[in-house]
Amino acid sequence: MSASAKPYGILARYDTAADIFEAALKVRDAGYRKWDVYTPFPIHGMDEAMGLEKSKVGYFTFVGGFTGFTTGMTMIWYMNKFDYGLVVGGKPLFTPLFAFPVSYELTILLSAFATLGGMLLLNRLPKLYNPLFSSEIFKRASNDRFFICIEAADPKYAEARALLEASGASAIELVED
Amino acid sequence: MAKAAAISAAGAPAKSAHDSHGSHAAPPKIVVADPPKGLEREPLVLNGRSLGWITDAIAGICEGQMPVWWWPAFIASAGLAGMMAALVAYLISTGVGVWGLNNPAFWAWDITNFVFWIGIGHAGTLISAVLFLLRQKWRTSINRAAEAMTLFAVACAGIFPVVHTGRVWFALMPGYLIPAPNANYIWPQFRSPLLWDVFAVSTYGTVSLLFWYIGLIPDLATLRDRAKNRIRGFFYGLFALGWTGSNRHWSNYEKAYMIFAGLSTPLVLSVHSIVSFDFAVSQVPGWHTTIFPPYFVAGAIFSGFGMVLTLLIPLRTLFKLEDVITTRHVELMCKVILATGSIVGYAYGMEFFIAWYGGSPYELYAFKNRAFGPYWWAYWSMITCNVISPHLFWFKWCRKTMWFVWIVSCVVNVGMWFERFVIIVTSLHRDYLPASWGYFTPSWVDVFTFVGSFGLFMTLFLLFIRFLPAIAISEVKGVTPQADPHHPLGGAKGGHH
Repeated sequence: MSASAKPYGILARYDTAADIFEAALKVRDAGYRKWDVYTPFPIHGMDEAMGLEKSKVGYFTFVGGFTGFTTGMTMIWYMNKFDYGLVVGGKPLFTPLFAFPVSYELTILLSAFATLGGMLLLNRLPKLYNPLFSSEIFKRASNDRFFICIEAADPKYAEARALLEASGASAIELVED
Repeated sequence: MAKAAAISAAGAPAKSAHDSHGSHAAPPKIVVADPPKGLEREPLVLNGRSLGWITDAIAGICEGQMPVWWWPAFIASAGLAGMMAALVAYLISTGVGVWGLNNPAFWAWDITNFVFWIGIGHAGTLISAVLFLLRQKWRTSINRAAEAMTLFAVACAGIFPVVHTGRVWFALMPGYLIPAPNANYIWPQFRSPLLWDVFAVSTYGTVSLLFWYIGLIPDLATLRDRAKNRIRGFFYGLFALGWTGSNRHWSNYEKAYMIFAGLSTPLVLSVHSIVSFDFAVSQVPGWHTTIFPPYFVAGAIFSGFGMVLTLLIPLRTLFKLEDVITTRHVELMCKVILATGSIVGYAYGMEFFIAWYGGSPYELYAFKNRAFGPYWWAYWSMITCNVISPHLFWFKWCRKTMWFVWIVSCVVNVGMWFERFVIIVTSLHRDYLPASWGYFTPSWVDVFTFVGSFGLFMTLFLLFIRFLPAIAISEVKGVTPQADPHHPLGGAKGGHH
């Protein structure tokens, strides 16, 4: 880390779930935009405490499921009726009834891929490099400590340190990009 | 606001963190009295273990050296898996004649093993998906290992239908079965439940893998952050995808996780239903019954919980995880076995009732033959293991005594294998035409291929506990009181409860 490196943000560590919850409320109410809370597990109520919108993953799932269902129905209709119809056991060449189980499985299959893909896309993952990984104290973000990072890109970054210091943090550190 | 304050039973206006939620009005504070002494729920993590302890205890297993027993266990399992590979090679090079199946029992141990292993898998998905939707927080200690068990069981299951096709190279060669079975340029026949089964099982395997992986991401990040050397750091870091624990990420992650649970629930119910259609849609007496889908699903969950207990009881003792997989967890699993075992017992009885009440002489004969015909020993083994043994779990002592639970769980596994054998072989060996009746006896290849599949299963499971956290670290932390910002142990001050 050279002295000329530009700061990525300011990182504050908290020791309990309640501390970070209260601190997140303060940061939100102070009007910050480019900031985040880092916790080893999702904290109940934190989305509201941060003022986050509802997750949009569900839209991806819907598109995936719709694609899966129509693919299944169309594929079976094409194969068993349109392209090469063969009467088997006197059953109709196509009805949605016997096409349903396969279309149902494809609905679930493509929904699952879309959900995982949508989650990763919305989170901009995979992203193997992150400036926070250079912080030694941040290693416990996946263990038993809680962090808030306010990014330097936030317009109110100048007042960030004072705010975090007053919020009950147990350590504060500058993270360089 | 005034109304909200009035609802507050404590009298005082609800002054908590919720008040500062900006535009949201404070939700009415509902005061729930503490349960009377003796009725409190046991905590899910015992001895008030800290968040750091949970990380160390679980991540420590796959970071340190494996204990001494691991190597003999691994070598024995890998040896059995090798034996299975050799027997499959023998089968493929010689032909399905090395198995004992015959005319009329064209399906015998192969499909029995397939249904047995697929059924085992169902507990993993039930724990990870259905118990999640039902807000059963105790699932967090067992879901990871159970999901891993699902994947390995599906892998074992997948082998049997592939190798039972006889000339396997036709099954695997592009253009014949993969990507679509269209020999002679005829499209697959989608009216057949066998084809539905291909879609159901492959979807099940894939979605289970994705669900397992999505649950692993935060724990892989934990292992990455704790890695002592570069190689471990690199691989765990690669699969953790750069996870930071950001709450913006958690928000999408939790949503995705819930959707996965919502997708897996109908999936798990459909898979064994469709497996049961393989039988129920046919005309064979003993198979052609409408009770099969729910009966198969209940049996699958029953056998799966049996296998979860068989694996987790040694695991919790050997790795000293009694504070995370507590007696309460084991008791709850025993209760699931009791419930699903009762459903299975009811289904056995109802099958007989319908065989009599339905008035079909063939159906009635099939069931009489099941219980008193040449395979009576298989039928009564099944009844002893599946109908009688789970009812021991009405007694608290039976649910709380680990060695006893372990023995019963093994008995359940044996019983559920016999159930599939009974359904498949006793129905097939005597159908409509007495001239074509026969008797199936397994060959040594049948027996040792099945034994070998346990070797494969255990090899995969032992590798899993060697390299990945066997318990979902972040999820277990999430159900401790320390994780709750409104609980005193989570650091909350003042009057919150």
